[in-house]
Amino acid sequence: MISSRFAKLLSWSYLIALYGFIFLPVAVLVLFSFQDGRLPVPPFNGATLKWYGEVFADSRLMSALGNSLIVAIGSATVACVLGFCAAYALARFVLPASRLQRGLLISPMTVSYLIIALGLLTTFNWIGVSLSLWTVGIGHVVINLPLCFAIIYASMGDHQKNIERAARDLGAAEWQVMTQVSAPMLMPSILAAFFLSVTFSWDEFIIAFLLSRFDVTLPVEIWSMLRSGLNPKTNAVGSVVFLVSVALLLILELIVFRRTAKK
Amino acid sequence: MATASLEQRENRRAWGFVTPALLWTVAFFVIPFIVMAAISLATRKGREIVMAWNFDNYIEFFEKAHLLKGLFVSLEITFTVTIISVILAYPLAWIIAERVPQKWQRMALIMAILPFWTSYVVRSYSWLLVLAQNGVINNTLTYLGVISEPLELASTRTAAVIGFVHFFVMLLTLTIYANLVQMPPNYRRAAADLGANGFQVFWHVVLPLTLPGIMVGAFLTFVLCIGDYITPQILGGNNELALPQVIMLQLGRRADFPMAATLSIILMGVVTLAYIACARWLKMERT
Repeated sequence: MISSRFAKLLSWSYLIALYGFIFLPVAVLVLFSFQDGRLPVPPFNGATLKWYGEVFADSRLMSALGNSLIVAIGSATVACVLGFCAAYALARFVLPASRLQRGLLISPMTVSYLIIALGLLTTFNWIGVSLSLWTVGIGHVVINLPLCFAIIYASMGDHQKNIERAARDLGAAEWQVMTQVSAPMLMPSILAAFFLSVTFSWDEFIIAFLLSRFDVTLPVEIWSMLRSGLNPKTNAVGSVVFLVSVALLLILELIVFRRTAKK
Repeated sequence: MATASLEQRENRRAWGFVTPALLWTVAFFVIPFIVMAAISLATRKGREIVMAWNFDNYIEFFEKAHLLKGLFVSLEITFTVTIISVILAYPLAWIIAERVPQKWQRMALIMAILPFWTSYVVRSYSWLLVLAQNGVINNTLTYLGVISEPLELASTRTAAVIGFVHFFVMLLTLTIYANLVQMPPNYRRAAADLGANGFQVFWHVVLPLTLPGIMVGAFLTFVLCIGDYITPQILGGNNELALPQVIMLQLGRRADFPMAATLSIILMGVVTLAYIACARWLKMERT
């Protein structure tokens, strides 16, 4: 009995210790974004919203934030549409070499972002495409397309196939089946793919760093802020980024998983 | 029945749906990769890149110590991180699966991966806050009188390893947990009924059944860790450079695209080797 109580105590302390480790940096980041002083380290001098004020007054940061949102939503939309169409074709029709096609669509997942970015950079350099938010967006679609395809493809079960067949028998055209029957049935996984893609693009650094020039996204702007060392303003903008990501996750949890759970 | 023609029509339509995604992947992933591979066979003359179609860059990589060292630094960091992360994550996944009440498990997992959603750059910066010379740890220890001189924590390999482990513990916890909850409890009961003690049940039944989860997580850790530039750059400093840092150095200061491409191909080769080593555990097909 004693040993089982000891084991229980041990496992709970381990749990708490590891959660402490996981949350320590985030807690420090957020706490010292309210620091009333020039250094975001202990001792905590008292709370102020001054640094958040500075973040929102900083036009460079704000335009980077806008750029990030545009790229994230744009690239996630493109990736979702392409991924959905491809998943629809490969799950519902018998196509030659479909294994190979699936492998090809998934393959960018297995390669480091750095290599994807470098490949695109050398290619754009070679054919003379100048770098912009468009090139960043192209790169983000490359990393999000496999994700969207895999999520949506995995959720295309056979029971939906029969409903689609019924719609076709009742005279629906293929595009009607797709947009009015399949897409609504698969909406939870499509939304999951979309929000995951938005978060990945929103947080992504190396592709955005290598493939942008004058207009940059938020992580790249934060990167250049790091040169000034520890600064409560960096804490503040980091906390904002964290908050947005958590908000996206909450939306995902509430809309998508709630709905799947209800079924 | 006109099945054949109907099938043909359907097939044509299906190609229409799948082609845009395939074209995108070929145009912006496959072709860039081929271009990069070709550039790795070129040389740099001043600011011009001349196609030489030889393996000089690869030979140079093995001859120049500072380039080769990048690979070894990366491999050492990656192996250390992977092993520490597995050791830390396994008990956590087990505790969440076994000790945490069922209805809280989902919450516990969501909490565990919450910091995962801070951007990569911000997460490394947060660790800098903790580990810097005037950071949380040094300040607290000095305040408590444990140390008089600040410890050298940031800009070391240890800092990079801590930053990485923080990230990958969450990932491995997820993959191992997924395996643990799939395991029917009868297996363990059967083993116990047949006379196995707690350790034997774990070693001969639980561990082998959760090996796929460990290997999938370890492989992801390996791939993401060895290809990462941010964590070693922010936390590891410039004393010993990991391979991605060496690659970025070729791009930035020297504008040496051929060498950067060469190093990337080598990086990819290493990842491919890791994939081959783990392949038997990674086969996940849609059922």
